[in-house]
Formats: sequence, structure tokens, C-alpha cells
Amino acid sequence: MSTATALKTLIDIRDLDLYYGTYHALKKVSMTIPEKAVTAFIGPSGCGKSTLLRTLNRMNDMIIGTRIEGKVEIAGTDIYSNEVDVETLRKKVGMVFQQPNPFPKSIYDNIAYGPRLHGTRSKSQLDEIVEQSLKQAVLWDEVKDYLKRSAFSLSGGQQQRLCIARALAVNPDILLMDEATSALDPISTLKIEELVQELKHRYTIVMVTHNMHQAARVSDQTVFFLNGEVVEFDNTETLFSNPSDKRTEDYITGRFG
Amino acid sequence: MQGNLPQQETTMSFKNKRAHISDKIVPIVLFMCAALSVLTTIGIVYTLFSETFSFFKTVNISEFLFGTKWSPLIEPKSFGILPLLGGTLMVTVIACLVAIPIGLASAIYLSEYAPTRVRKIVKPVLEVLAGIPTIVYGYFALSFVTPLIKSIFPDVGVFNALSAGLVVGIMIIPMVSSLSEDAMMAVPRSLRHGAYALGATRFEVALKIVVPAAFSGIVSSAVLAFSRAIGETMIVTVAAGATPQLTLNPLESIQTMTAYIVQVSMGDTPHGSIEYGTIFAVGMTLFVITFLLNIVAQWVARRFREEY
Ligand SMILES: Nc1ncnc2c1ncn2[C@@H]1O[C@H](COP(=O)(O)OP(=O)(O)O)[C@@H](O)[C@H]1O
Ligand SMILES: [Mg+2]
Repeated sequence: MSTATALKTLIDIRDLDLYYGTYHALKKVSMTIPEKAVTAFIGPSGCGKSTLLRTLNRMNDMIIGTRIEGKVEIAGTDIYSNEVDVETLRKKVGMVFQQPNPFPKSIYDNIAYGPRLHGTRSKSQLDEIVEQSLKQAVLWDEVKDYLKRSAFSLSGGQQQRLCIARALAVNPDILLMDEATSALDPISTLKIEELVQELKHRYTIVMVTHNMHQAARVSDQTVFFLNGEVVEFDNTETLFSNPSDKRTEDYITGRFG
Repeated sequence: MQGNLPQQETTMSFKNKRAHISDKIVPIVLFMCAALSVLTTIGIVYTLFSETFSFFKTVNISEFLFGTKWSPLIEPKSFGILPLLGGTLMVTVIACLVAIPIGLASAIYLSEYAPTRVRKIVKPVLEVLAGIPTIVYGYFALSFVTPLIKSIFPDVGVFNALSAGLVVGIMIIPMVSSLSEDAMMAVPRSLRHGAYALGATRFEVALKIVVPAAFSGIVSSAVLAFSRAIGETMIVTVAAGATPQLTLNPLESIQTMTAYIVQVSMGDTPHGSIEYGTIFAVGMTLFVITFLLNIVAQWVARRFREEY
């Protein structure tokens, strides 16, 4: 855990249990996630990666029958305590989904949606935010002349970068990405991976991936899940070259999953 | 068990006479059913046109369209449809003012807020409401809503446009709500999640994501509600009165186009007379309005379609 511990911890998860009704989806999960770095969740399908990701912006709140025990602290605040305003939390913890989900609006209005929601009205300010966000998502050069066009006129990869730009437009600290490249072609995937490398200088990124190679390529820290439990989390290089748990080794060498 | 089965012979026959014949007959039967409804429509439109045409041989069409007095049964006769049109519009506008906001609000509630359990109960109840015979609504207007209005405005008559309009509105709420809700439920969940993840509240998601995305469906439901209100007959016949007059006061008795048609059809107006012709002319007017509204609805649905 050399570099992982060297970085400042932003998210601290302690003894987290999550139940969907009676189904125990996360079991005593504990881990820390460092600031301004990329943390990847890997593990076989159904092991709880998305579930844990959704606890970080409380999107699980909307699933009826979800019960949670334990603690999730972001920058020292327990995000499940009563004083926390969920909308403000979600503004600070952005999310990008598996399928690109642009709104049926223009490219401009997609990006401006979040800032408008949180009270930005001035046209020049919105213009500035739209441009900056699209630039950060490395999409500006491709769309700057078509901002009034429907977001659906973009390709799948562009749509996903648009969704990233949309999330960045509300100025989050953390960006959650749930298999954000799994619906994309290899070239678009590569572009997003490069983008993540850029973004980690400004944002804390937590990504779920079904693709171990992606985790190895882009993340600084990797967490390996199995059946709702964290088997191992470590600096990515260490986890892939010298896993301490036999199950991790079996998984990364392709013996199951 | 197996021993009792007769030895199966291996035959390779590819002919199945039965299926062959039914494949020829079924489409013919189905076509005739479809043709029947088309023919009926053509028949109705033909009758309407020919009777209307002969009516306008006697009555000047501009007197009909722009005349402000309607008294085809009493001398001196006059055939200005504006009072009937005004009565119809007043009832329709009142009805839409009731039905569209309430219907839309309940659709938003059902699709965005209601737990599945509540939705499973409320939806069928709304649909039952849509199945109540309109005559029942008519007497509801007369015996419940009108007295209620009277307690606020003591001068109001037994028959008035307000009571009929309110009740027509109540009657079409389920239609607006059900169609709008269908349109809103068709908006993909992923769009809602995208907005929630940006920190939108439920209300903001409903108003700024779901309603715009479902807008074409919502507008068509409103236009359909409007044309349903225009065509509504029983409630207005029972509760709105039979006093064709041009007024803006909803507390007065009026007559709608539909109620007039009922009045003449029920009377002993001789077949082929000019009075008899009026119901076709009025019917034609209704038909044209509803027809135009349908075109508007379709145009709107196409124009505002947000793809997702
Ligand atoms: N909304 C839900 N209701 C009930 N069970 C769920 C729900 N979402 C996920 N699960 C269950 O929780 C487990 C973990 O799911 P998930 O976090 O989506 O896994 P992963 O992202 O690792 O594939 C799975 O067994 C899944 O069936
Ligand atoms: Mg998942």
C-alpha cells in the first residue's frame, strides 16, 4: 500500500453493510479512497461494485427497501447523517453511467442543465461553463460549432464524453464512473481512458470496470470485490503484480470471473 | 404406456391443406372488418355533407357562420351559429381549465412520486372513473355541483355553463392523466438518473426532464381532452340549459352545439325541413372542428417529439 497511503484520504468507508430488502449486498466493507487519484473497483458481475459506487452519491436512496449500516465519510463528513443535503452531496459527487444518457436537448443545454439547476442564470457565465466543461472532457473541438444540435446527433463515445462534461459542469470534487466505457468501441474507450488520466489531476475518480486491463492501465488504486466483500485493496501495481490474497490472484490470472 | 402407441409411420408430407385455406380466408375476413369501419365513416361523412349542402341552399353560409342569433325553431328564424359555438367553447374552456392542470398534476404524481403500490390502486380507479356513463355526470352536475355554485353565487340559475363545464372537466381528468402518465412513464429511467446525479430534486426532475421529454404526449392528451369536451353531449344537455346566447358569463344558461342537436332530434321536426337541416349543419361544424383539432394534435406530437 505504498502510494495509496502516501496520498491524502478523501473517502473513508467503514464497516459498511447494505441490504436490498433481505439480500445482503455489501458485507462489512471498509476501505479508504485517496484524493486526486483513480480508484478502480473490479470483480465478477453481481459482486456489488455498482452498489458500493452508488452509496457514495446516495443514489441507492431511490431504491425502495435499501438499508444501510456503517459509515461513509467524505472529507470527514458522514454523508448518511441527517444534516447532509442529498442534492448538495450529488452536486459534489458526480456520476457517469454505463450507457451514455444525454438529455433529449441540445449539446449546450445538456451541459447547462446542472449549473442552471443550481442557480446560474447569466448567459455569459453559462457560456463559459459550457466551454470549460467541454474542453475538460476533450469534446470542445469536435462540437464547438454545433452546440445547438441535439445531443443525439453525437456518436456513442462523444455522448459519453458529453455526459462527463455535464457532470463536470456543476464543479464536483469526485467523479464516479460505472463501467462508463463498456458500451463503447475500443477507440472511444481509449479516449475516455486518456481523459481520466487528465481529469485525475483535478478530481478524485472512482471507476467500476469489468475490464481488469483497464483497471491496470488507468487506476492508481484497485479494489477487488467478491460476493459483496472487499477481498483486497491496494496500489494497482502491487495488486496486479503481487496480490496478497489467493482469490485475487485467481481472478486476475483469469481463473474465474 | 409406450407399447400402446401405434407405430408411427415416417411420412414426409409438406402439404397442410387446413393451414393453406385459413391463410387465405383469415386476411379476407380481417380486411372486411377493417373495410366495414372505413365504409361506415365514409357513409357518415357522405350523409353529413349532402344534408349540409342542401341546408346551405336555403341559408346563406355567411349568415350561418357570422350571425349572432340562433333561433331556427321560432319566427323570425335566424341561423347564426355563434351563440352555440360560444356556448360550446365556454364549456370546453372551463372543462380544460379543470382537467388539464389536475390531470397533469396527477400524472406527475403517479409517474414520479407514487410508490408502485399506490399506482397499482389509483390507475384502475381512474380508469373506472372514465367508464361512468356521462348521464350520471350530468345529474351529478345538476344535483350536486349547481347547488354548490348556488351557495356561492345565489343568483345562478338551475342551468348554467359553469356547472356543466366543471363536471365535463372532472369527466376528462382520467383521460388527461392516463395519457400523460403513459407518456411520462415512457421516458427512460436513465434520463431521470442522469438528472438526479446532478443534484436535481424530484420536482426538478419531473418538471425539467420528464415533462419536456414527454411533452408531445402531454400536448396530444390536452388536445384530445379539448376535442372530447367539445363533443360531450349528455352533461351539457342536462346541466347547461337550452338558451343559445352569446355571453361571457359562465353563470348563465347557454346551449352547446351538441345539446342543440339533441334538442332537435328529440322533437318532432319534420324530416327534410329547414329545422331538420340545421342539425346537419351544426354537426358538420362540430365535425370540422374536431377534425382540425386532430390534425393539430398530430402536428404537435410530431413537432415537439424529443427523441430518446
Ligand atoms: N435494485 C436492486 N434490488 C435488489 N437487488 C439488487 C439491486 N441492484 C443490485 N442488486 C443485487 O445486488 C448485487 C450486487 O449488484 P451490483 O452492485 O449491481 O453488482 P456489480 O455492479 O458488481 O455487477 C447483485 O446480486 C444484484 O442482483
Ligand atoms: Mg454494475
